[in-house]
Amino acid sequence: MSGFTEELAGALALIFSGDAALWAVVGLSLQVSLSAVLIAAAIGMPLGASLAVFRFPGRGAVQVLVDTLMGLPPVVIGLMVYVILSRSGPLGVLNLLYTPTAMIIAQVILVTPIIAALTRQAVAASHEEYGEQLASFGLSPRAALATLIWEARPAIITALLAGFGRAVAEVGAVMIVGGNIAHVTRVMTTTIALETSKGNLALALALGVILLVLALGVTLAVRLLQGGPQDTRAIS
Amino acid sequence: MTRLRADNLSWSQGGRQILDQVSLSFAGLGPIFIIGPNGAGKSVLLRMLHGLLQPDSGAVLVDDRPLNMAARRAQAMVFQKPVMLRRSVQANLDFALNVAGRPASEAATWLEAAGLQDKVHQPAKSLSGGEAQRLAVARALAIGPKTLFLDEPTSALDPAATAHIEGLIARAVQDGVQVIMISHDIGQVRRLAQEVVMLHQGRVLETGPADVLMGAAERGETRAFVNGDLLV
Amino acid sequence: MTFLAVLCLLAAPVPSSADRPFILLQSTTSTQNSGLLDAILPQFTALSGLEIRVVAVGTGQALRNAQNGDGDVVLVHSRLAEEAFVKAGYGVARQDVMYNDFVIIGPESDPAGIAGAATPFDALKRIAEKRALFVSRGDESGTHQAELRLWAETGEMPSGPWYREVGAGMGTTINITVGMAAYTLTDRATWTAFGNQSDLRILYENHPSLFNPYGVIVVNPERHPHVKVEAAQDFVDWLVGPGGQAAIAGYRVDGQQVFFPNADAQSGS
Repeated sequence: MSGFTEELAGALALIFSGDAALWAVVGLSLQVSLSAVLIAAAIGMPLGASLAVFRFPGRGAVQVLVDTLMGLPPVVIGLMVYVILSRSGPLGVLNLLYTPTAMIIAQVILVTPIIAALTRQAVAASHEEYGEQLASFGLSPRAALATLIWEARPAIITALLAGFGRAVAEVGAVMIVGGNIAHVTRVMTTTIALETSKGNLALALALGVILLVLALGVTLAVRLLQGGPQDTRAIS
Repeated sequence: MTRLRADNLSWSQGGRQILDQVSLSFAGLGPIFIIGPNGAGKSVLLRMLHGLLQPDSGAVLVDDRPLNMAARRAQAMVFQKPVMLRRSVQANLDFALNVAGRPASEAATWLEAAGLQDKVHQPAKSLSGGEAQRLAVARALAIGPKTLFLDEPTSALDPAATAHIEGLIARAVQDGVQVIMISHDIGQVRRLAQEVVMLHQGRVLETGPADVLMGAAERGETRAFVNGDLLV
Repeated sequence: MTFLAVLCLLAAPVPSSADRPFILLQSTTSTQNSGLLDAILPQFTALSGLEIRVVAVGTGQALRNAQNGDGDVVLVHSRLAEEAFVKAGYGVARQDVMYNDFVIIGPESDPAGIAGAATPFDALKRIAEKRALFVSRGDESGTHQAELRLWAETGEMPSGPWYREVGAGMGTTINITVGMAAYTLTDRATWTAFGNQSDLRILYENHPSLFNPYGVIVVNPERHPHVKVEAAQDFVDWLVGPGGQAAIAGYRVDGQQVFFPNADAQSGS
């Protein structure tokens, strides 16, 4: 196991050397996954909240679709997006395959069901607690929905985090639709896969460590942001 | 003055008749107390008068017109368990004032009424039960309702907190707000009620001035209930 | 579908470094993992101003992607598949570029004793007889197809618990081979550039049957009008011309040449 210590030492050296190529890869990862989570949130949050609060025709079907998509392996999503964005596919003319945009699209499809499902859960609880009160205030359903989402924000932030974690850690889909092209669509996970297959475990591990630190940083930041009011509550 | 009328309200749930052709008319400011044993349909009736529940048949009329959104916005409600939004005391009041289209400057008055001047910036969810209910009542009154519904607002509170809430209610009536509330606390009914509605098994058993019903009610069930006997 | 189209529009404004002209090269993991493309492509880009974006997958997948029009040029190593690709009209023409060779690697202790074998078939036979662990790509890549051809020459196709098909790329397969202290067939370039060799060694090499030729094909614009055929042809002309051939010949891994240019063999075609 002395090999492992060596690789890890090499990994840390790489991180602290400020290797430009390494950080470019990290930057693209963040850009792609943050964009994906933003778009997924814009779709998934209202969708999940509507599923929690409203009764409308087709609601059951939408719920089944959301749950199904949530269980879909990323590789399958990647394949679906490839087939659609391929030059021979229906949206081939847009010329989006092997671009960061294609990766964002795949991640949006990956993440939206997660955010929608977790939002539905959070807003259902929020609706249970605040629904009557907001109705009593005479709020329109739409205004009430916005308030319900806002009131459920700790759980929804967790949902967004879960979505981001899933997006940034995913490799199968972005490999297929991005092509892992150097400087263009190469992100952390595809680099890890590539460097591992080249036997460069140090670089692969370095990126693994960065992913880990990133996850830790985001979690801590969110806890800090939410910390204020909840701490007071715990004390009183 | 608002004339609130329940016209033949019926409502059932899971095959059980919760309200059975309830007809009532509330003309004065009250406070009007709805009393009766558990399962009598008090909470359902209150929610229906406020438009939170739709009757299976019958109608709620405000000044002889069906209860619509505009009329509902002239009503407010306080629940047994105060519902505090996840924000500061001040922001809870601001939210209500904003919804009612009233100036934010009015918040100060209500903070004082609730006795929460020194907890303005505290998260509302961190308030004690009594403080939260004080805020809930003040927040409901801040809307400027013509009618205020309260569903057992003091059932979980200690005497001091109860006294504060009762003070707020009495002041509201003085200020011209019609108050309709549910209580299981017979002492509270005696202290506050002007009129009493006795509900039993989804039907109105009898109604009348508080001093009459609390003293010499016509119906045995009412007398038993008022005496604190168990009524099923 | 509408949803996806809207999604495309939403996601579109994200900038990509698409300001420079580029072509898309569908190639194999061996050319990328060995470091060859990273070494020679910048030379062409410096000359022409044309960026080459590489998608490195197995030969089979590279050809399939190109068949879908998702690429301008392919650089792969499976002669029969390449010729079929051209014959079906998906490629303009196939040209030789270079070759490297396959080697059999295994644990230094060489439990099957293949180091002294006369032919690669003999070496594989010894592995089969000893039931020594052998890892196969199992992914229908060029290397996998070459391995199966070699087994066919031994007279018996491998099967049994000692023969492990992993369905992975070359590098991953070597990592697994390292982990199991097994034998496998790999191209020399990937192996030589491989960072995690552990105690595996080349145990059999240098035989004509282990020859591994690479071909380059421009995707047919008659099938896919969007193909940047002129730029792609410029790249191919460079690759099979003196400049590209010299670049390939000059690429070293640990001081060792691993790719051998052979475009001259059919120059003028």
